[in-house]
Amino acid sequence: MTEEENKAVSSLKEIAQSIYDQIDTGKIPKMTLPLRTKSNIRFDPKHGVFKYGKATGARSAKKVNGALMLLRTMYVLEFLEDMIADKKSSTLREMYYISEGWEKAKFSSQDESNMLAEDLEIVTACLREDFKLRPEENGASIIGDITISEMDRKGRLKTINCRDDVGDSGYGIPNNVEKEKLQLLSTNAKFVVAIETGGMFDRLVENGFDERYNAVLVHLKGQPARSTRRIIKRMNEEMKLPVVVFTDGDPWSFRIFASVAYGAIKTAHISEFLATPTAEFIGITASDITNYKLPTDKLTEMDVRALHAELKDPRFADEYWRGEIETMLKLNKKAEQQALAKYGLDFVTDKYLPEKLTNMGVLR
Amino acid sequence: MSSIADELAKKQKEISVSEFFERNRHILGFDSQIKSLIMGIKEAVDNSLDACEESGILPEIIVMVEKVDKEEFRVTVEDNGPGIIKKAIPNVFGRLLYGSRFHAVRQSRGQQGIGISATVMYGQITTGKPAVVVSKTGAEDVAWRMEIMVNTKKNMPDVLKEDPFIWDGKEHGTKITYHMNGRYVGGKQSVMEYLKQTAIVNPHSRITFVDPDGRRTTFERATDKMPPATKEIKPHPSGLELGTLMNMSKDTKNKTLGKFLQLDFSRISDRLAKEICDKAGLSMEVNPAKLNLDDQKKLLAAIAAVRIMAPPTDCLSPIGANLIKKGLRNVLDDIRPEFYAPPVTRDPKVHSGNPFLIEVGIVYGGGLQKDSQVQILRFANRVPLLYQQGACVITKAIENTDWRRYGLEQRGGSGIPFGPAIILVHVASTKVPFTSEAKEAIATLPELQAEIELALKICGRSLKTHLNKRETKSKTRVKFEIVQEILPLIAQKSAKIVGKPIPKLSGSITKIMNVVWIDDAVTFEKGRHRVRVSIYNYTPTAQKFNLHMVLPPGAFDYKGLQFFPTEVRDDGKATWDLPKIASTERFDLNFALSGLNKDDYDENEIYSSGINPIFIIGAEPIPGDWDVKGMQITESEEAPVVEDEDEEVDYDESTEALNDD
Repeated sequence: MTEEENKAVSSLKEIAQSIYDQIDTGKIPKMTLPLRTKSNIRFDPKHGVFKYGKATGARSAKKVNGALMLLRTMYVLEFLEDMIADKKSSTLREMYYISEGWEKAKFSSQDESNMLAEDLEIVTACLREDFKLRPEENGASIIGDITISEMDRKGRLKTINCRDDVGDSGYGIPNNVEKEKLQLLSTNAKFVVAIETGGMFDRLVENGFDERYNAVLVHLKGQPARSTRRIIKRMNEEMKLPVVVFTDGDPWSFRIFASVAYGAIKTAHISEFLATPTAEFIGITASDITNYKLPTDKLTEMDVRALHAELKDPRFADEYWRGEIETMLKLNKKAEQQALAKYGLDFVTDKYLPEKLTNMGVLR
Repeated sequence: MSSIADELAKKQKEISVSEFFERNRHILGFDSQIKSLIMGIKEAVDNSLDACEESGILPEIIVMVEKVDKEEFRVTVEDNGPGIIKKAIPNVFGRLLYGSRFHAVRQSRGQQGIGISATVMYGQITTGKPAVVVSKTGAEDVAWRMEIMVNTKKNMPDVLKEDPFIWDGKEHGTKITYHMNGRYVGGKQSVMEYLKQTAIVNPHSRITFVDPDGRRTTFERATDKMPPATKEIKPHPSGLELGTLMNMSKDTKNKTLGKFLQLDFSRISDRLAKEICDKAGLSMEVNPAKLNLDDQKKLLAAIAAVRIMAPPTDCLSPIGANLIKKGLRNVLDDIRPEFYAPPVTRDPKVHSGNPFLIEVGIVYGGGLQKDSQVQILRFANRVPLLYQQGACVITKAIENTDWRRYGLEQRGGSGIPFGPAIILVHVASTKVPFTSEAKEAIATLPELQAEIELALKICGRSLKTHLNKRETKSKTRVKFEIVQEILPLIAQKSAKIVGKPIPKLSGSITKIMNVVWIDDAVTFEKGRHRVRVSIYNYTPTAQKFNLHMVLPPGAFDYKGLQFFPTEVRDDGKATWDLPKIASTERFDLNFALSGLNKDDYDENEIYSSGINPIFIIGAEPIPGDWDVKGMQITESEEAPVVEDEDEEVDYDESTEALNDD
């Protein structure tokens, strides 16, 4: 067993030991965890990201839900321990299906089992990779002049330039982008553009934006997976590339930016590994909607509710975001990235992005 | 020269009752095609039930509806009643306002003698066909078959044909077949519903229905006991009206006022008659027929001023709590209601000189519709009322009751409540004050409404008790699942992971539960009710206390008994002195009841004493009026410690969606 594996196994055992001891001493067994809610994330000045605050909640056997989650925890502990010992690994989805055989402890949804895996990360301060759990591939990709080396499944190091050695869909970001698996070797790029939608990613690729402006394009594929956020952070930290985030202009896209730049609520325990505090939001901003006279849709009831929730979200508690959110509420409109095509297919690469990047000081 | 008055006088002529009703058929309830079909059957079935009851025969009624053409139906109602003597047949079926019950002060379904002849008349108006009546009395060897029409001009029967007839295998009974235009439907106001409700309140009858598609439904008897025969009584003087008094004093056979008061009314004694006469300033000896209007008024005022005993009540025939429950169960079994509230039969009261009594039953849960208005079953003298629900005092009383207190939904605390329930109300009276001749709704008399509301509240309280009990039980059952199933698994798994023996659970269990939990069940097998009461001591200390139950008197079965009660009283109240039950231990009390029908006992009534009631779930503290011999109410010497723990936020119930997108 490796050192990480040893640490993972012993911290999993500690959880079981604590439950055992509580029962043995006649207490109602429980686990205490930080509350994973919007109201319990705090800015961590040391890392410049948002992390869980001090509020905790108890998962106690006093209630059926709590008791069942504790029982599931015991089953998961046993399953993970066996997996580590057998040198196997499984996807989160596989773990969910394995619970089919756990009778009373069976998960009622995959969300529940994913959440429990995260709970264990929080309690043990390990990563789910240490437990040999991985997410499903999500297909996010990179195109741009950056050279990396990746350990392939046969254990050979492959050197790949993400512009010259890849097809049209780019370099697929693997689940594990940690150093033992992936090294960032060199780059001629000047900055990173993280793009929400596939359509806009393809437009920038087709228009040769990466070569013309020396950019690395990252497709976020909606709300970005951990590995996508992690690789962006590494490019930013290790290669000193500035990062800009280019999304639709709607409340949900604001949250995508927040999870790239500030940390997501769900993974706030590892924000310092995943978030890029210097990332900047390029658009579509609420003011773009009027400045560029973009085609729009009316905000739905859900959109409005989401915006109001963001006004209470500590991550958006600054002047810039307050202004954006309030402007959008006032306009009562939202716009897609691809609405820029109103002015022709080249408008986004010839005018919109260069203008904005210059204003931000990324392009000189 | 003739005046206008003379002209008018020529046009004024007597119209017969039949002619009047022919033109005003809605007064009798024949106002729509759907309703006419139901009304006809109702009149025939009411007559059959009345006739059977009066002669002490368990009713056996067959109703058949056949479709003749698009509009026309042939209806046959056959009973096993006493039969009608030949001479009386034409008048019973062919003459309106001919009947035996109009002048009698007693409870019966039919009162005026309009119903069945009106049915015959309505049939002949819409189809032109006569009714065919077959009847046989027990005394005769032959039955008579007659074709009868109503002569509406004269209000007399026309007998078109009469034949003697050998009615195979029939000892006695009557069968009427008539044709009528109508429409056959299902649903809330239908022949089926009417018969079903009739079966509920007449559990002594067996009713078979054959619908136009030939489908046969039989509502079996729920009891072989006839309802006690009702007695005829004299009118009660309270609430007497002047006109009635005047008529009675003219028609009486008694020659002195004193005798008239004593003999023509109920509850007036010699002494009371004298008191009334004194008050009215009239002599006991005066001839009542000779009283003038002024004297009559004085007499009435005097009657109102004296105290008169309530009327005798043996003229009323309540269904009784037991049989209401049986009747409901018999008919509603397929929807498996969760709870039958013990029905309430109130003591008789009086409205305008007529005794009446109210009965109420409530059925709850099971297959009953959850989010619609409750179903109201209204009955007057054991006859279902299907129409004019909104105009009926029963509905008013229900609307006027705050059902939110009894566990049903009701916006603003008035109006028809919502929830999975059926509310049954039976008004029995020597004279049910209907709003019209169609007898569809009962008039809103304050005395009636107040009595109905009282009965509803009593029944509502048992419903609420049941619902409370269910809620505590289900809450505890959830905890029971934790300590019985989940916690042992957690202990087992954690022990396996850390490689140690399985820890003892008692400490955790008692902290989670901290109650004595009583779980009980009743099963019926081989003619005996088996009762199991399991007592789980989930408190941290040993417990010793007494258990009490209310059982049907005389049913306790000592055969093969393991653990004996300290006492089983004649009234069925039983007491057990339970052994000391250690913390987290369980004690099972098993016994049997014998000699009961399956439905007679289905829910245990469990009480406890000698223990702080807040630590017991599944038994109520013993009521103060129990007066249990040799039992001291002792506070348990050491009340279990309530866990003193800071209320923490429940991690799994901070339900906020964690997804950022």
